[in-house]
Amino acid sequence: MSSYQARFEVWRGDAGGGGLEDFEVEVNDGEVVLDIVHRIQATQAPDLAVRWNCKAGKCGSCSAEVNGRPRLMCMTRMSVFGREETVTVTPLRAFPVVRDLVTDVGFNYAKAREVPAFVPPPGLGPGEYRMMQEDVDRPQEFRKCIECFLCQDTCHVVRDHEENKPAFAGPRFLMRVAELDMHPLDAAEEGGLDRKRTAQDEHGLGYCNITKCCTEVCPEGIRITDNALIPLKERAADRKYDPLVWLGSKIRRRPSP
Amino acid sequence: MATGTEPHPPRGGVRTGTRAAIAAPHLRTDRWWLTPAATAAGLLAFVVYSTWRAFANTDYYAAPYVSPFYSPCLAENCAPMRGGPNWEVFGAWWGLSPALLILIFPLGFRLTCYYYRKAYYRGFWASPPACAVAEPHAKYTGETRFPLVLQNVHRYFFYAALLVAGILTYDTVLAFRDETYAWGHMGLGTLVFLVNIVLIWAYTLSCHSCRHIVGGRLRHFSRHPVRYRMWGLVSRLNGRHALLAWASLVSVALADFYVYLLATGAFDDPRLF
Amino acid sequence: MAQVERQQWDVVVVGAGGAGLRAAIEARERGARTAVVCKSLFGKAHTVMAEGGIAAAMGNVNAGDGWRVHFRDTMRGGKFLNQWRMAELHAQEAPDRVWELETWGALFDRTKDGRISQRNFGGHEYPRLAHVGDRTGLELIRTLQQKVVALQQEDHRETGDHESRLKVFQECTVTRILKDGGRVSGVFAYERETGRFFVLEAPAVVVATGGIGKSFKVTSNSWEYTGDGHALALLAGAPLLNMEFVQFHPTGMVWPPSVKGILVTESVRGDGGVLRNSEGKRFMFDYIPDVFKEKYAESEDEGDRWYEDPDRNRRPPELLPRDEVARAINAEVKAGRGSPHGGVFLDVSTRMPAEVIRRRLPSMYHQFKELADVDITAEAMEVGPTCHYVMGGIAVDSDTAAARGVPGLYAAGEVAGGMHGSNRLGGNSLSDLLVFGRRAGLYAAAYAAGLTARPVADDAQVDAAAAEALRPFSAEGQEPGRADGRPPENPYTLHQELQQTMNDLVGIIRRQPEMEKALEKLADLRVRARRAGVEGHRQFNPGWHLALDLRNMLLVSECVARAALERTESRGGHTREDHPAMDRAWRRVNLLCRLADPTGGLAATDPVRGQIDLERENTEPVRPDLLALFEKEELVKYLAEEELYE
Repeated sequence: MSSYQARFEVWRGDAGGGGLEDFEVEVNDGEVVLDIVHRIQATQAPDLAVRWNCKAGKCGSCSAEVNGRPRLMCMTRMSVFGREETVTVTPLRAFPVVRDLVTDVGFNYAKAREVPAFVPPPGLGPGEYRMMQEDVDRPQEFRKCIECFLCQDTCHVVRDHEENKPAFAGPRFLMRVAELDMHPLDAAEEGGLDRKRTAQDEHGLGYCNITKCCTEVCPEGIRITDNALIPLKERAADRKYDPLVWLGSKIRRRPSP
Repeated sequence: MATGTEPHPPRGGVRTGTRAAIAAPHLRTDRWWLTPAATAAGLLAFVVYSTWRAFANTDYYAAPYVSPFYSPCLAENCAPMRGGPNWEVFGAWWGLSPALLILIFPLGFRLTCYYYRKAYYRGFWASPPACAVAEPHAKYTGETRFPLVLQNVHRYFFYAALLVAGILTYDTVLAFRDETYAWGHMGLGTLVFLVNIVLIWAYTLSCHSCRHIVGGRLRHFSRHPVRYRMWGLVSRLNGRHALLAWASLVSVALADFYVYLLATGAFDDPRLF
Repeated sequence: MAQVERQQWDVVVVGAGGAGLRAAIEARERGARTAVVCKSLFGKAHTVMAEGGIAAAMGNVNAGDGWRVHFRDTMRGGKFLNQWRMAELHAQEAPDRVWELETWGALFDRTKDGRISQRNFGGHEYPRLAHVGDRTGLELIRTLQQKVVALQQEDHRETGDHESRLKVFQECTVTRILKDGGRVSGVFAYERETGRFFVLEAPAVVVATGGIGKSFKVTSNSWEYTGDGHALALLAGAPLLNMEFVQFHPTGMVWPPSVKGILVTESVRGDGGVLRNSEGKRFMFDYIPDVFKEKYAESEDEGDRWYEDPDRNRRPPELLPRDEVARAINAEVKAGRGSPHGGVFLDVSTRMPAEVIRRRLPSMYHQFKELADVDITAEAMEVGPTCHYVMGGIAVDSDTAAARGVPGLYAAGEVAGGMHGSNRLGGNSLSDLLVFGRRAGLYAAAYAAGLTARPVADDAQVDAAAAEALRPFSAEGQEPGRADGRPPENPYTLHQELQQTMNDLVGIIRRQPEMEKALEKLADLRVRARRAGVEGHRQFNPGWHLALDLRNMLLVSECVARAALERTESRGGHTREDHPAMDRAWRRVNLLCRLADPTGGLAATDPVRGQIDLERENTEPVRPDLLALFEKEELVKYLAEEELYE
């Protein structure tokens, strides 16, 4: 066991303003950034606001920016920093700040409501669903999402351009559209909802310039860009930019592939 | 309550509005600029080299090798290549370098490629320069409108790239001749061409559009076992798309440069047999 | 007192985990305007931590399974102390609840023929757990969350407002249940973000707040698990049942210290992982208790064969119910055969190819790699017991989930007692959430609809609740009349002392003198907690939130300690060193905790005598047709003579 004193800079403040505050704090073997924030809370700043829950990388609550990079504090080990290094912790910078490390993530909940829900297939009752593992593999990867919203935070489309927020769902919810479009039994299309087309028309898929920061920050290692966003762009291209497919669908109404 | 959505301020990035008051555009302490800088430098070097070679209209054929920049050669002003890809569809009126006629297709393929898009958006356009580093633009519309909405035509360039790769494969077969066109020989150039064509194919087939076309567009893999297997193979290649993009970019330039060295007489092709 | 905002709803659900959301969905679908109040963000509830699966006798993998078998396993696991009617309903309804999730978009792992795959788990006779890798809880919570959103989208289409019939008040904490005479009339809550108080008036309140693990030092539970619902019910006049039964999950991480207690899923053992001590021995073979002798393998060979051929071999003892495994690990460590950091070794690396491990246990692989630098495909994990679940809880009616004695109050999930008896089987909690969450929502909505006049939440109660919530801000300096000059107490320090006390003195192995000492310590903490002061203002102030949660943790901890002291036997999640055997006479006894001060106030209680009164009651005799599901020889081990011949 070895412990040392680390230098921390933690952003404190609220919507009215604030700044980085210095702390000298003890660090022990095997600890993560969240442990240190808790120690600051217990010994130096009892009202330091921070969100957290499971402390095991499963709930996605303790999202923050550590040395400028969007991360889960509970999964950022202190051993990745040098002992002399000052560790800077700030709230997510794409969302309005509430207090200290806590931000208003309401944007994400509003976007979640804009994606039409799973449509159960008509004629299949509970217990009658049959799906093959190879068909559920793809959407299952996206359902690993713990909704930490780090991808939403890092995506420059809204991080650097507040004005894009109304039009752009963000990687997490475009991935949700992809998930539903790849769900083997989703019956949205039979009901007249074309998820491929709405991805582009209503959820702002076109804003994505596939620069892959969402994939880079995903703590679950979901390949958001390669497996969700690009396939969704290709599916949108099927509908909107592919005259062959368009012509084919005019000539004969094909059953879903 | 954190579910509420307040009306958004009209405009701004990390330093504006209701965000945490931090003056710095980013707080990253690592060398985040290294990757975009290296990417930009690498791409720039290729652009300079290939522009020179494409406009040069010389030193692109040294029997039995034809530079991949000039294949197929579609104008009358092409160097005659015995058995080679001389198809004079453009006739005599074309006076410029014939490379310009064909390079459109590989260029379009790479320009609209999902990997290269990331690379040049980050490296040249700084949109964004790196993750969580503020971009310098006041306005951003992504690929929603002209001209960038044209990126959606990537799949057509993919089809064209398949044809080009086929022709380059033909060129590689022709490289199993010696300088007198006798079959059954190999030189160092043949090896260069082989490596290049393997990388070209790997890059072409690892394309995201290809992945979509062979199987990605299906909803039920279980009903299409063959396409599912193909999709699996392409997916594995696709995981290395960036690496293959660079490797094939370098190899195609090297193959051209090798032909250039032979054609200018700077170097003699070492014959293996 | 300042004016506090009031809203009217039909049903208020406290807690947005599996049980709370399922209750809310049911209540809304039955036409009740429903509000959900939760401490965290929507979708972050502790349910996401559940890994292994949902136990439901669908018989997809082994057609021999059925609700009767599931019922039997549950009763055995709970050592027959279960509220048998709950165990029956649970076993019967669990498959429907799982299938229903599929119609809401859940994607479970599949069998070869496309049905829901089921895996083995401790105490379950057949492969029974519907699962998604080792992140089943996440799938459950996300599916319910998305169903809530789907209902809100429906409401939006009809009324133009997403929240007209179902609203989630996230990051809000309920501190009091309000009453009108004996009946529930609403809840008093504060918004964490702003510190603003508000009242939700409702004739029916469903408590679904989960467990109490944050009263213990080593726990797999998150900060939310402060026993809020238990305390709210106590304060509202409802009794708690059998609070001495606390489950210590046998396998929590033991190193590094900052992650000590984080869960290592039972699926590791269900899929083939084995436990070894420092001598390399699979010690579980030495710890098979008599009641389970016929059901478990006697040799390693037989145990290993079972994974391939479960019909002709018996299961390995690593898959005994959790209480047995936890005690065995504890004993091995005490005997000096533990691992370097005070646990034992759990090994899958020698049992499965690396690729299979990464596919079947992805989050375990990730968790050890990221947090402990251990590659579980190449080396063994170090694990030890961690406080995981409380079997005790609000005493409820089996069919309706109504709390006893308080009309309008319902409880479901971990906060409700009875279902699991003295020990819960892995996988039975997620099914419990769904089965009784739905029932609570159903009967709460029906109760609310059946009332002719809405009960009233009067201003006096609201003012008292507001004053109670604000007390930590005025605790600066010493209390009037005391001149010891001590500064106000730091809530974080108090919390740490409470956790240490419960861990050391009322932990996995219990002794009378230690529990008596714990009660004294709790009395001392209770007095000090009244001086717990906080700095700053009401806007998102964690110190303040913790100071308020301390009341609940202290109440619940006292219930656990008193009940544990009273029950002089060892059974399931309650192990007494001074009474090591299970006593058939105790099978008939339920211990009920009630608030000593019937007015619901806390100030007047005597610090030594405590706030809790214990009461014994006889359990309801098991229905004969259910008893007939067991062999007579087995029943003899559990039931008292007179029960057998009744």
